[in-house]
Amino acid sequence: MVSDQDYSGFRILREGLTGNRGWRPAWRDPDPQHAYDFVIVGGGGHGLATAYYLASQFGEASVAVLEKGWIGGGNVGRNTTIIRSNYLLDGNQPFYEFSLKLWEGLEQDFNYNAMVSQRGVYNIYHSDAQRDAYRRRGNAMILHGADAELLDADQLRAECPFLNFENGRFPLLGALVQRRGGTVRHDAVAWGYARGADRRGVDIIQNCEVTGFRIQNGRCTGVETSRGFIAARKVGCAVAGSSSRVMQAAGLRLPIESHVLQAFVSEGLKPIIPGVVTYGAGHFYISQSDKGGLVFGGDIDMYNSYAQRGNLPVVEDVCEGGMTLMPMVGRARMVRMWGGIMDMSMDGSPIIDRTPIDGLYFNGGWCYGGFKATPASGWCFAHLLATDTPHETAIAYRMDRFRRGAMIDEKGSGAQPNLH
Amino acid sequence: MIIDHPLLGPRDSQEFVLLGDASLLDRPDWQAESADEAFYEYQYLRDNPAGTHRELWYHEMGDRSWLIVTRDTVSHAVLKVELASAVASGRRDR
Repeated sequence: MVSDQDYSGFRILREGLTGNRGWRPAWRDPDPQHAYDFVIVGGGGHGLATAYYLASQFGEASVAVLEKGWIGGGNVGRNTTIIRSNYLLDGNQPFYEFSLKLWEGLEQDFNYNAMVSQRGVYNIYHSDAQRDAYRRRGNAMILHGADAELLDADQLRAECPFLNFENGRFPLLGALVQRRGGTVRHDAVAWGYARGADRRGVDIIQNCEVTGFRIQNGRCTGVETSRGFIAARKVGCAVAGSSSRVMQAAGLRLPIESHVLQAFVSEGLKPIIPGVVTYGAGHFYISQSDKGGLVFGGDIDMYNSYAQRGNLPVVEDVCEGGMTLMPMVGRARMVRMWGGIMDMSMDGSPIIDRTPIDGLYFNGGWCYGGFKATPASGWCFAHLLATDTPHETAIAYRMDRFRRGAMIDEKGSGAQPNLH
Repeated sequence: MIIDHPLLGPRDSQEFVLLGDASLLDRPDWQAESADEAFYEYQYLRDNPAGTHRELWYHEMGDRSWLIVTRDTVSHAVLKVELASAVASGRRDR
């Protein structure tokens, strides 16, 4: 679609010469209608992407996104912005590779600058066994059409000379690199999807909390909200950390626990870190934003939490990981830290599926890997909502896989969500 | 978070590891007709409440005792701490 509201370099020039009088709000602020074909609960990245693809790929005109606060105020605005498709298992890798391919064309598709930057993701290995595991992972990635490259210590040193190669306990032996991985401006993802969906007729309704589902004869016919009842032919929930709370209103118990994950950013520095670097002997990952801040994180706090803030022991643990991997960061000041609520599933993999209630669909269990999945999650959830059949890359993400013993346990930690 | 251990007094939560919901103490009867379904629910499904939550903590860096900690998952306030063994034996006595 082409309109005079498209964003482009030419548009900036034209607006600049005409007093910037042509800009309009990026999306409307409509009142909810009484009924829609599709209601998406949750105006985060996944919910907005779902609405966008319902409208753009599946031609659905009657779609609403309901958000209890403001769009993009949850995990899509709280993550460490990393995209990658470096998974091992058959149930996961095709999905994440589909997502990475969507990232590559996203900005042209929704006409918004999301600053997709394929600057590379380096996973460092520290032992012969870990190298072999990474080689296997890299081969699995290549078999599924992704890119992977195994670096030895000298190659890694040439690309990341700032790492501490004097680590006697956990020597840096090399890294598995995915060059197509990188970072994205996370807020712009929410805004781009919101604007793209709005332009295709989707109603994005903020400050509208879903308080319950109207279920008659085993069929969901709409949602009760803080702004009244809204009827819907199909309801899709994509509410991340609030999954258990929201789905409880429909009488469902989920294989999910909510945990808090912290993230950190330092003061702005000159460019020093080329891509995303992860420490393989602890849990630490770091990249540098376009503003220059070092963006980093590590483990979840390990206890159930709905508070969007964590505790100090994990702050210490994360910073120790950073100091071990690259002592140069020790002189940078940490300026902000925050937490987001992760929907940790029992096998570390997500769910995109129908529920036992007709007309009610669920998207969740993203653990702390939801951001990179945003485009594919939206596309696959839209596919499921529109056609009632799963997308070919998401067939493994069934809710009943735990009952059937068909877990997708990428890390092999079992039904222990705080270890995934 | 500070966990007020019934035997040792206030201890930093860093000394502990969390296993999960205290309902994990209630292992289903493996000989029951419905054992299949009961074990599926026991193993995989959780209430995951926002608010008061009873959970099992293990004092790994301390006296290796299992505790039942009642905690608010919204405020992180620790409301009550009991020895899991005392709770379990209390049940057996009933």
